[in-house]
Amino acid sequence: MRNSKILMFFSAIIFFIAFSPSIAFADEGLREKISYYFNVDKANILVGIIIVFFCVAYYLYHAQKGKALYIRPIAGLSALEDAVGRATEMGKPILYIPGIMDMDDIQTLAGISILGHVAHKVAEYQSRILVPVSKSVVMTTAQEVVKEAYLKAGRPEAFNIDDVWYLTDDQFGYVAGVDGIMMRDKPAANFYMGTFYAESLILAETGYATGAIQIAGTAMASQLPFFVAACDYTLIGEELYAASAYLSQDAHQISSIKGQDMAKAVVLGCIILGCILVTLNSLVGLPDFLMSFVKFFEVK
Amino acid sequence: MKRNIPIFITFITGLALILAHFVPRERQSISQIGEIVQDWAMIIFAFAIILGALNLLRVNIIEKVLRLAKGYGYSIVLVVAFFVTTGLGIGQGIEEGTKFFLIYKFIFTPLSATMFSLLAFFIASASFRAFRAKTGEATLLLVAAFIVMLGRVPIGDFLWTHIPFVSKYFMLSDISAWIMGFPNVAGQRAILIGAGLGAVAISLKILLGVERSYLGGED
Repeated sequence: MRNSKILMFFSAIIFFIAFSPSIAFADEGLREKISYYFNVDKANILVGIIIVFFCVAYYLYHAQKGKALYIRPIAGLSALEDAVGRATEMGKPILYIPGIMDMDDIQTLAGISILGHVAHKVAEYQSRILVPVSKSVVMTTAQEVVKEAYLKAGRPEAFNIDDVWYLTDDQFGYVAGVDGIMMRDKPAANFYMGTFYAESLILAETGYATGAIQIAGTAMASQLPFFVAACDYTLIGEELYAASAYLSQDAHQISSIKGQDMAKAVVLGCIILGCILVTLNSLVGLPDFLMSFVKFFEVK
Repeated sequence: MKRNIPIFITFITGLALILAHFVPRERQSISQIGEIVQDWAMIIFAFAIILGALNLLRVNIIEKVLRLAKGYGYSIVLVVAFFVTTGLGIGQGIEEGTKFFLIYKFIFTPLSATMFSLLAFFIASASFRAFRAKTGEATLLLVAAFIVMLGRVPIGDFLWTHIPFVSKYFMLSDISAWIMGFPNVAGQRAILIGAGLGAVAISLKILLGVERSYLGGED
């Protein structure tokens, strides 16, 4: 019953996507009136956002009704507590790197959200967390987040503001500084959560050389292979964004992960449909109203 | 109230930027809102560097140098370099020919290049650990990496030409290009699609105030 409802909802979305472009923009007069207020070349982006919104809203509605939502375990996040525990047993600090970009980057926001959970765990275990950052605004935000995490754990006196400090904005100056911290302080657990570029492998390999357990997470596709090769656990792409919801175990936040999974299924359906239409069009030729689906999703 | 005001500001600012993205540029009054907000953000980020500089000096001077903490020598070097470079930059300017530019060209740039060059050695050590045929997937990775690495250097095709029959139809560099152009791109695009959807979902959560952990405090 549940699967048939999901299938019907899924099919309705595909139908909406497939036919809304041709219905809405077939009439030139209507298109001209709309384009005065709305950039019709970006209509495909708006449709995508609406689809994600409704998918998230669907599961949010179910979460509010008290329905339990299951998401698969993520190995890197399950190992978080073990990593903090290991560092506590060894009497070594935990190193947390929230990426090298500023607070306007969505991966940095995700990294700072995860920092709150990690800092809370560190405070509970009565250990120490070091957070060297590359941007000033990230430093002030991270200080607040870590301070509140210690407060929530009931250990506000253990918070040391100097454990969250600014190094430098320069990419390689920052990685040189962090490498120095790793070699001198020998943290037992390293977390890399955020946006990274060329410095990712330098950080991960230096951390490996010190014998630390390493958990990384980034949505930079070019840096993921380096983290996968050098770290013990890696959160790949969307797992970084899902981590905060996963760690909080809040039903509303978990519902957003389920919603985004459904949106991914819709995107997959659209890709398959688009591939079939383009292939058929090249072989036998298709009517314009069918190809309008493909044209609607062209990047303009 | 303390948490509601930032959430309200986040929602209004986010909504304004989204609207500015979809409104045609001819509707300048609305599209300009997005540009104004972004200008404000850049100004705030520029001023925030003062916070970082003060924190840097405080941590290194007070916590390290004055207390003679472990590694305080590095802090002395950092503080001296900071004041010398800043003083020269403010006093003489940063154009070519100034002492600031000399520091940039002959100290800072070679140091950055040195750090970047470490990547070559770290890639070798990471590859040595990663490319081991312990499982089926690892063996596949090893074979693919071997083909791609060899196919990207001239000696790969040179050795390939010595294999009879096969080299008449395709070269090792063709296989390498196919691996990079098809399975590799497919995998990267899959990750990008997932990451993109994840970014949209978390952005929606932040805009609507569902995700508040970046503010600190109770969720």
